[in-house]
Amino acid sequence: MSSAHWKHLPHGADVTICGFGNSKAKAFEQAAVALTAIMAQPEEVAAVESVEIACSAPDDELLLVEWLNALIYEMATRKMLFSKFEVHIGGHNLSAKAWGEPIDIDRHELGTEVKGATCTNLAVAREPSRQWRAQCVIDV
Amino acid sequence: MEIARLERQSETEWHIPRHGKMRVPGVIFANESLVREMDEKVFEQVTNVAKLPGIVKASYAMPDAHWGYGFPIGGVAAFDPDQDGVISAGGVGFDISCGVRTLLTGLKPEQIMPVKERLADVLFRQIPAGVGSTGKLSLTDKEMDAMLTGGAKWAVERGYGSTEDLARVEENGWVPEARPDQVSERAKKRQREEMGTLGSGNHYLEVQRVTKIFDSTIGRAFGLSESDVVVSIHCGSRGLGHQIGTEFLTRMVAAAPQYGIELPDRELACAPITSPIGAAYLGAMRAAINCALANRQILTHTVRTAFAEVFPDIELPLLYDVSHNTCKIEEHLVKGKSMRLFVHRKGATRALGPGHPAITENLKKTGQPVLIGGTMGTASYILSGTTRSMELAFGSACHGAGRSMSRHQALRLWQGKEIVQRLAAQGVLICSRSMRGVAEEAPGAYKDVTQVVEAAHEAGLASTVARLEPVICIKG
Repeated sequence: MSSAHWKHLPHGADVTICGFGNSKAKAFEQAAVALTAIMAQPEEVAAVESVEIACSAPDDELLLVEWLNALIYEMATRKMLFSKFEVHIGGHNLSAKAWGEPIDIDRHELGTEVKGATCTNLAVAREPSRQWRAQCVIDV
Repeated sequence: MEIARLERQSETEWHIPRHGKMRVPGVIFANESLVREMDEKVFEQVTNVAKLPGIVKASYAMPDAHWGYGFPIGGVAAFDPDQDGVISAGGVGFDISCGVRTLLTGLKPEQIMPVKERLADVLFRQIPAGVGSTGKLSLTDKEMDAMLTGGAKWAVERGYGSTEDLARVEENGWVPEARPDQVSERAKKRQREEMGTLGSGNHYLEVQRVTKIFDSTIGRAFGLSESDVVVSIHCGSRGLGHQIGTEFLTRMVAAAPQYGIELPDRELACAPITSPIGAAYLGAMRAAINCALANRQILTHTVRTAFAEVFPDIELPLLYDVSHNTCKIEEHLVKGKSMRLFVHRKGATRALGPGHPAITENLKKTGQPVLIGGTMGTASYILSGTTRSMELAFGSACHGAGRSMSRHQALRLWQGKEIVQRLAAQGVLICSRSMRGVAEEAPGAYKDVTQVVEAAHEAGLASTVARLEPVICIKG
């Protein structure tokens, strides 16, 4: 498996998303792909428009929650899906660019709308493999 | 859940004795098989809620309880502001005031069957549902604030439904003391195009038929008799509620240390009711409740318009509207003393007993209607609040079947198209733009709603009145 990847873990009513990468920023990018995958197949989402996102939080874990919530807000208000991400993290600040396209109900196989990122199962940590993991439960 | 960790009080009541930093015991209402099926996380979450400041009597779990964030889904807890009680965004949930309303049609199945496909088409065309859908209404800043203050009453004043509807909605269709000024611009922007939309996930609009009446006296008072056709709508406060929930969850996490609140886990983020952030959340949450009530009122109008295309002059009066993600101020008797408490219900329905002053005059004798949503392939139920439910868990009951399986597992097991075909063979017409969504919502991914409702009835949380089975289901 490549170092950068994502997965969903079973959670009773909601979905736990996990992003992995060889840096914290890469793990955040993959967590964002996992977020998109709740709503659509990321590979079906063309990276044609971009949106700039910036957020900050007192620690890494809350920064992940802020990042995902910022994306959820952009998706909800622009009626867009994102598939490609570039994240930069400096201390407690994050700046990012997300590429995607407007939702197309004829072309995108849509799943479930996401409501928000929660502090449940929340972790931003380096695994024994030295890889970074960024995860939390998303309320759907 | 490991049953040996619980003290059994009766067939349907199980206690988690106080231990560690618990201020009150935990109480789970369910039969043995439901308790065994419950996630261990429910035990942990019920226990954690019992540790929060100002909690009164007990931390409760309803028969459909499952693992949530912070509070379990199916959790009920009341807090006393005079004992440093708290309010928690995670104790309400992100989909603030998500709920169910049921409309009576006065029709019988033989009138529906010949026009079933046409009716389904009209409903599916007119109800905005699914990821990215938008409503016809776009609110100005001024109208947004009026909606957040006025709830379903605001919607009725704008021509969506009639004043008779309002008596059939909790709080007569609007919660006072909502604070639109505490709702962020982002939350308002997220809502701007989502008024009158159904959403996705477990939200639905169903045309149902009454397949059983358990209590004919209360059934009659509710306007229900065997084989009647009704319409039920399940949805919530849309983007506005979700944004308020997410914003206050993180704000409360950051503020907890300043109030000396020791959180067993930060997902339990909360603030004293009397603190500035507690008051701000309360005002914003009340605005979100009004948003959900307005949203269901607009959807009701859309349903009535759609039905009128097929059945001219039909009226569709409202049976009742319940919310199941709320925090409300209520008076309750605790050890013989009346207390003003902040009752959190997260995935739990208010179930006020007969005679309660908050129930409309016509339903005072029966107790509050309790509307329990099922899955698209099984059944939904209507119950009524009981005198006993007031004593057991602050007048609360279950809210639905509750998932037994994650969406992820459901997608591995089922295909949306197969489910649509299987349910069609059973006489249930499913309309959805998302076959993946249908698979995630497969009836098999849920607990047995009948068992959940029977446990609620047996425990005395609410009393069964009618069973409803789907005929048409519009899914997001």
